[in-house]
Amino acid sequence: MDNMTLNLKVWRQKDASSSGKMVDYKLDAVSQHMSFLEMLDVLNEKLIKDGEDPVEFDNDCREGICGTCSLVINGVAHGPWNGTATCQLHMREYKHGDTIAIEPWRAAAFPIIKDLVVDRSAMDRIMQAGGYVSMNAGGAPDANGLPIAKHFAEDAMDAASCIGCGACIASCPNASASLFTAAKISQLALLPQGAPERQRRALAMVEQMDAEGFGDCSNHAECEATCPKEISISHIARMKREYFKAALISKV
Amino acid sequence: MQPLFKVVWSSVGKKFIMALSGLAMVVFLVEHVVGNLLLYSTDPDPYNKYGHFLVSLGSVLIVVEYIFVAILLFHAYSGITIALGSNKARPIGYYKVGNASGDASRKTFSSKTMIWTGILTFVFIVIHLKTFKFGAYYASHVGGEEIRDLHTLVWEVFRSPAYVLFYVITIFLLGFHLRHGFWSAFQSLGVNHPRYSPFIYCLGILIAIAVAAGFIGIPVWIYFTGA
Ligand code: HEM
Ligand code: SF4
Ligand code: FES
Repeated sequence: MDNMTLNLKVWRQKDASSSGKMVDYKLDAVSQHMSFLEMLDVLNEKLIKDGEDPVEFDNDCREGICGTCSLVINGVAHGPWNGTATCQLHMREYKHGDTIAIEPWRAAAFPIIKDLVVDRSAMDRIMQAGGYVSMNAGGAPDANGLPIAKHFAEDAMDAASCIGCGACIASCPNASASLFTAAKISQLALLPQGAPERQRRALAMVEQMDAEGFGDCSNHAECEATCPKEISISHIARMKREYFKAALISKV
Repeated sequence: MQPLFKVVWSSVGKKFIMALSGLAMVVFLVEHVVGNLLLYSTDPDPYNKYGHFLVSLGSVLIVVEYIFVAILLFHAYSGITIALGSNKARPIGYYKVGNASGDASRKTFSSKTMIWTGILTFVFIVIHLKTFKFGAYYASHVGGEEIRDLHTLVWEVFRSPAYVLFYVITIFLLGFHLRHGFWSAFQSLGVNHPRYSPFIYCLGILIAIAVAAGFIGIPVWIYFTGA
């Protein structure tokens, strides 16, 4: 269908210090072949023509790899499709006359910058606390010089597919950052390159996660269900094991 | 080395203790429901002898009781901290809250109401102890020895429909606490493996149903048989 009319309810907020509200927009002539973000582009063109402020929303690659897009769509982070980011959602999901509520990620640690754009630098600070491996400069090591068992490589790859979008936090009833933090700790704990900083990393990243004001994990697993990369909560269990081992057994 | 209090009060440490305390209470509940199955008997002696056996453990029982009081208080305290922390971590809620599709999510009525079923359980435990442990003392004589006749007290209390209803509703809701709590405790302890996790998840549902059915059955049975 090329001519859908949609009733949009969009969170509008002028800036970080203003209070915002849900605003209704009626959008005509939406094609089912559009992506969700293209639909918002159409809304913005209309708003600009009408002399209004366009709706700010984050996006970059529009192919599900960069982690920039966000949006809670009808109460679900990244919308109704499993294993996809908002930019991969298409309007064929919707019918003429549907009402769609569009909201920003909500967490105290994600202050709203404008409309649907939030400041996700709390996640960067968790990464800075330990989400890296230190490398010494020198000659490049031989490829395959460092054997890694296949199942470790696979698990690490699954964790590494985290694109840092923050949907896990947005969809968690407690606004916990456990899945994101766990994906990073887990990925490096599974690989030999991560071994030297393994204990320090687990402690520092959990400590930073707590310091940013994210909630605690109640094991709702809604994070896994909304994660565009379908990262499993088994990584959260590994994060807990890493933390216990580092905190209670090692001398770090 | 990390200071121990810092480890315990980290988000991960808090849930570790919460899980251990929760599982300890599950073990207690299973023992409690099995022991109290003796209440289905109209003959008071077996139940009173079981009660007397526990009391005769003396200081062992008292130590265990204090440990369980501490466990309960810690569990309740950290549960309340988690619930308050959750409001602080998201002060402005969503206009619309939905559920993700697919079957990965474990967000259920049980998981969303842990704090309310928990608080209700706490109130219940206080009333329950007041009615029975610290309730009326009836004497009974078994084999020449005087022991406490709890059987008569229980059968007397469950003649009140209001009391029976309160028990049935609270225990029913405690079942929901266990349904999410059991598997969740293992996840909090870091136990998650494709070989065991489906088993643990199902076992949690079975324990929740068995404990709830056992405890609901007692007052209902007594109400309808003990005129
Ligand atoms: C017989 C009594 C109880 C049993 C057997 C029990 C059992 C459990 C278990 C096994 C868990 C899972 C722990 C985890 O996920 O790590 C849990 C969680 C929880 N319990 Fe209890 N509990 C009891 C009483 C209470 C009481 C009295 C309260 C509070 C006032 C409470 C509040 C909570 C809360 C809020 C959670 C969820 C924690 C979270 O958000 O992850 N419980 N309980
Ligand atoms: S774990 Fe998934 S939902 Fe969370 S930041 Fe990474 S990709 Fe996004
Ligand atoms: S815009 Fe890059 S993942 Fe959606």
